[in-house]
Amino acid sequence: MKAKIYIKYKEGILDPQGKTVHNALESMDLKNISCVTIGKYIEMDFNNISKNDADSITEKSCRKLLANPNTESYTFEIVEEL
Amino acid sequence: MKFAVIVFPGSNCDHDAYYALNKILGVEVNFIWHKESSLENYNAILLPGGFSYGDYLRTGAIAKYSPIMKEVIRCSKKGIPIIGICNGFQILIEAGMLPGALIKNKNTKFISKMVSLDIETNNSLFTKNYKNGDSISMPIAHGEGNYQTDKDTLKQLKDNDCIAFKYSNSHNLNGSIANIAGILNKEKNVLGMMPHPERACEKILGSDQGIGIFKSMIGSL
Repeated sequence: MKAKIYIKYKEGILDPQGKTVHNALESMDLKNISCVTIGKYIEMDFNNISKNDADSITEKSCRKLLANPNTESYTFEIVEEL
Repeated sequence: MKFAVIVFPGSNCDHDAYYALNKILGVEVNFIWHKESSLENYNAILLPGGFSYGDYLRTGAIAKYSPIMKEVIRCSKKGIPIIGICNGFQILIEAGMLPGALIKNKNTKFISKMVSLDIETNNSLFTKNYKNGDSISMPIAHGEGNYQTDKDTLKQLKDNDCIAFKYSNSHNLNGSIANIAGILNKEKNVLGMMPHPERACEKILGSDQGIGIFKSMIGSL
């Protein structure tokens, strides 16, 4: 069992990294990109627990540590590995 | 009178703070490792600058779960004066002891420069040795000191007289909202600021105008 967590800045929060990368892409002549935002991708592996438990641990991890509720939003998915 | 300087893995302004308080001002100071859990018998607490936990995840995000932080929060509720400088400010924000957020500098760069600050309120135990409107100079040295809040929080900060310092005109290099450089909690016993007063305590360092903050604190204890 694994959690795949995506964290990004909330709308309106300055993302200078995204802006700089956007400028660099444009300077490479890659046109038609309207916006670049840079976030975080986190994977968490679990011991042998239920999907529900994994879900609630991930939710708590995001809320209390992984994301800053003032500036960031998060989404995640729990995937069962073969 | 005893000051506690909290040391996290990655703190690097702890000795500067010690020097300013102990060697210049003659106050008893102890370093407190972040794994400690008691701050009994301390009259004031300082969270120094640096890169606690290497700024992993977000600045200050992991330090807020260091064991000592429970005690720092407990002390803040008892009214003990707490000052967080630079990374210390970032930790206070992450711990929810001060409102708002500190995000990346507007120009994306780490900025290390001497700046001028205006005293916005001398009605606090940290600023009472200054006059409102005084300008003082001290260095900033940070990559994520761009202070932001929503409109309601900004209004509350203004209404409650909780903005301690603003960057003087043209000295707001990080893009902070309303030029904010340092804020107080509502009870005014917690101060967070990005500039470094501990590095501006002797003329040989380019400014001794930061020492007033520590003198104000000591005078209030």
